[in-house]
Amino acid sequence: MIDREQVLHVAKLARLKLGEDEVERMSGELSTILDHIEKINELDLDDVEPTSHVVQVENVLRPDEPRESWPRERMLDEAPDSTGAGFRVPSPGAG
Amino acid sequence: MSQEILSLTAAEAAERVRAGELSAAELFGAYRERAAAEDLNAFLWVADEAPEVPDGPLGGVPLAVKDLFCVENVPSAAGSRILEGYRPPYTATAVRRLRDAGAPVLGKTNQDEFAMGSSNENSGYGPVQNPWDRERVPGGSSGGSAAAVAAGLAPWAIGTDTGGSIRQPAALCGIVGLKPTYGAVSRYGMIAFASSLDQCGPLTRDVTDAALLFKHMVGRDRCDSTSLEFPEEVELPSAERLDGMRFGVPPELSGEGVEPGVREVFERGLKLIEDLGGSLEEVSLPHSPHGISAYYVIAPAEASANLARYDGVRYGPRSGNGDLTEMYEQTRRDGFGPEVRRRIMLGTYALSSGYYEAYYGRAQRVRTKIAEDFKAAFDKVDLIVTPTSPTVAFKLGERTADPLAMYMSDYCTVPMPLAGIPAISIPGGLSEGLPVGIQLAGPAFSENRIFQGAFALEQAIGFEGVPRFERQDADRSSQDAGPEAPRK
Amino acid sequence: MYEPVIGLEIHCQLKTRTKMFCSCALSFGDEPNTHTCPVCLGHPGSLPVTNERAVEYGLMIGLALGCEIAPRSIFHRKNYFYPDLPKGYQISQYDIPLASGGRLGDVRIHRVHLEEDAAKLVHAGESGRIHGSEASVVDFNRGGTPLVEIVTEPDLRTAEDAAEFGRLLQATLRAMGVSDVSMEEGSLRCDANVSIRPAGEATFGTKTELKNMNSWTFLRRGILAEIERQEEIVGSGGEVEQETLHFDPQSGALSPLRSKEEAHDYRYFPEPDLVPLAPSDEMLERARSAIPELPAQRAERFRSDLGLPEETARVLAHRFELGDFYEQAVAAADGGADPKALANWVKNELVQRLGDADRDDWKVEPDAFARLVALVGDKTVSQSAAKEVLDALVAEGGDPQAIVDAKGLGAAGADELAEVVERALADNPDVVEKLKADPGSKAVGAIVGAVMRETKGRADGGEVQRLIRERIG
Ligand SMILES: [Mg+2]
Ligand SMILES: [Zn+2]
Repeated sequence: MIDREQVLHVAKLARLKLGEDEVERMSGELSTILDHIEKINELDLDDVEPTSHVVQVENVLRPDEPRESWPRERMLDEAPDSTGAGFRVPSPGAG
Repeated sequence: MSQEILSLTAAEAAERVRAGELSAAELFGAYRERAAAEDLNAFLWVADEAPEVPDGPLGGVPLAVKDLFCVENVPSAAGSRILEGYRPPYTATAVRRLRDAGAPVLGKTNQDEFAMGSSNENSGYGPVQNPWDRERVPGGSSGGSAAAVAAGLAPWAIGTDTGGSIRQPAALCGIVGLKPTYGAVSRYGMIAFASSLDQCGPLTRDVTDAALLFKHMVGRDRCDSTSLEFPEEVELPSAERLDGMRFGVPPELSGEGVEPGVREVFERGLKLIEDLGGSLEEVSLPHSPHGISAYYVIAPAEASANLARYDGVRYGPRSGNGDLTEMYEQTRRDGFGPEVRRRIMLGTYALSSGYYEAYYGRAQRVRTKIAEDFKAAFDKVDLIVTPTSPTVAFKLGERTADPLAMYMSDYCTVPMPLAGIPAISIPGGLSEGLPVGIQLAGPAFSENRIFQGAFALEQAIGFEGVPRFERQDADRSSQDAGPEAPRK
Repeated sequence: MYEPVIGLEIHCQLKTRTKMFCSCALSFGDEPNTHTCPVCLGHPGSLPVTNERAVEYGLMIGLALGCEIAPRSIFHRKNYFYPDLPKGYQISQYDIPLASGGRLGDVRIHRVHLEEDAAKLVHAGESGRIHGSEASVVDFNRGGTPLVEIVTEPDLRTAEDAAEFGRLLQATLRAMGVSDVSMEEGSLRCDANVSIRPAGEATFGTKTELKNMNSWTFLRRGILAEIERQEEIVGSGGEVEQETLHFDPQSGALSPLRSKEEAHDYRYFPEPDLVPLAPSDEMLERARSAIPELPAQRAERFRSDLGLPEETARVLAHRFELGDFYEQAVAAADGGADPKALANWVKNELVQRLGDADRDDWKVEPDAFARLVALVGDKTVSQSAAKEVLDALVAEGGDPQAIVDAKGLGAAGADELAEVVERALADNPDVVEKLKADPGSKAVGAIVGAVMRETKGRADGGEVQRLIRERIG
């Protein structure tokens, strides 16, 4: 069960703006999904190790040797707002 | 001539090109023409002319590439509006390797946005129609790739599978789809959905094509820390019999929830396995029914972080009015579709303070149990066989209102990626005129064994549902006409 | 009476050739965004690959700080939105850091972990506004620079000790050559966690975090200001709020850095794009053998080889610029000046004159300094005159002998001195009487003082006394 307040909090964390109607719908849909997910609470998992990697390798490292960087113009080409030298953004705390 | 070209499998076409009996340019042109004219909405972008590729074992046979693979200077948006107009400065390793082996990129195929979906209805660029019945979905998320191959718009394609996104659309479109062992193919340049689950693999007309394409995708890539060297040569399958091969049938993935028509085709498949000399035995995967739960915690959690980079700063469109928070929220609101927003919410919630252990922590432990189940099963059998999808292709719009029902489409395919093991889906036959997939899964890096088993079974089944290009042409006049039953 | 409790969090940019997770070269002061690639710009589909040398440096630091190296550590994603964070998360280490549980001096080290630096956000200024609002420009050259984060236990009790420890840690990192450790350029950044509690109390009070103090003096002043602020709050019956503060060295004011309601929830989870670090014996051995002489050992060497007193040896070794300057001076003196005398002149005179100046801004050269101390040694200049010369050396640099000649600071010659003494005695008949009656009388000081005034300190005190006695007999 995830209520309206939680939905709004999570949306803020995720930088997602939800419409009024959406908040209600989201809380309903997520609750249904979470109810199903919570079936895993029936399982006894106390002494089970969590799996975050299925590949069993370690120490995959890269030699500290520089390679050519990408042309600035090419990378700035993709930017929605570029100064020609950098990526322009609204100043934090401004506006 | 063109008809004859189009009826060739990719492997056959490659052979003819390399034997000098067919020109690569003609081959590319024939497919380019169809892809450019197609009306299933399977392609989001089609190449104007054949890109330069070296002569190689793939003989210039054109390749359809799921939109989420980065291809240098070619639109690559992962089916999302938030990447509209993005042209990557680099090319995904898998695509580069196939190009170096002689397969030019034909076009980018439609998909569910960021691979989140099982019907292709979540694409930011419109749904894809199933060539077997245009009222129905092709499955997802690699629906465009599956539909393109099934409709003979491309000789072969690559897609990605996180919870079933290659195998389920392959099943629903009546083609072959392989989800490789995690780490077998580099993920570099593959726009991420859930990093610990994503794998890319082939969608092809038959098992031989799948093996051929796979052979040239595998291998360690220094740009992907989780990629591994494939331990043996990938061989093209030739087995005619299955003598001595042990097949495990898990009741948890082939019993309840599987619709009767699918069950029927599946059981015919089991019968054929025995006819070919293979043995069947029941194996239990007790935790796999919890696969969906674990998957829908782990995948959205990883996705919530993977999709945080879409903020309107470095690429893609930007919305907003000059306030930073507004820029983030409006850009992501305008750019992400409803299902993507839903999963970001789900994943963010599951990771948020106070809930991590209850959801993410437990899901990772379920994942361990599911992997242990498979390990135990593979002590007894060589391959596990299940239906690929509990149902045949469903109607467009049928499940969009009910997320959970949609999630259940992955019921049979989700446990394998959670365990990181390979699985293939091959056409087993038809139910109500629609394709049904049979899934074969094996231990990590057992792709060669899977190809052998799948190949023998494929020969015995003799499914001839593809290519369906005559249908496609005819359909352009009469939209509603369904495809005729496969020649059998 | 309250007792301050202080812990430090130090971020140190590693001096590798390439970034933490991509092959872009590290740079300082280059054209913005000329050192980027799909990985460090967080482009779709790009993946991180860990820099081998960054791990080796991390291990060296962990070992040098006497830490336990984790047999298997992993990276996590730390999730938050900010324009200088291209992926929307920072790859860092969380529940299992590379190293933990060490000690430096008498401060315990809580943990040492690896992470990636953020990019630089500069105010757009000329380059315009967005919809009339303030705009900034992101430069991703710095983004992805390898960082080591070092966290101490809250073992420090005074602002002075905190600054002193900071210098020792800086000297230790510097000795290993793993970082430029320049606080000015931001390759070393220090945050302080400060709380107060009633003296003798065992439990900690609510702590606040002082962010990014970019010199040890500012750190000391910032902590002092914060302790005072907290004492006032608690003293007037209030409660300290947990918050992050910025210290403005100009105004000396403390201001909240983040709005408090914006509580952070970083949603850490294991980074699926990277595999665990499990340092092999070879990796550990390579790191161990790469560790050179550290400040503690340097201090020991100053004691045993150069016979410096403990306190002096410590001060010189724990401030690497002073230690280096001192060793260069000793080498330059080549026996000409006594190492002990050099050490005392560095510790008692040079330090206060240099203050907080950056090493590059020092004008005084070690060999010039050595020559000055040598001049004092052979009585060519007096102590007080030498201090005047040192002022000049620190201010403009140059050659001590030249300064002595130019300012006429050479020690007074015998004839000149005899004359001055004669005059002083003549001016003070009463004192002369006293001395005749009692040769040991303190009254002699008056004559010596007069002579010193007359010679502007160029006279040698002992010599003056000798002459006086000689005259009075
Ligand atoms: Mg940090
Ligand atoms: Zn880079």
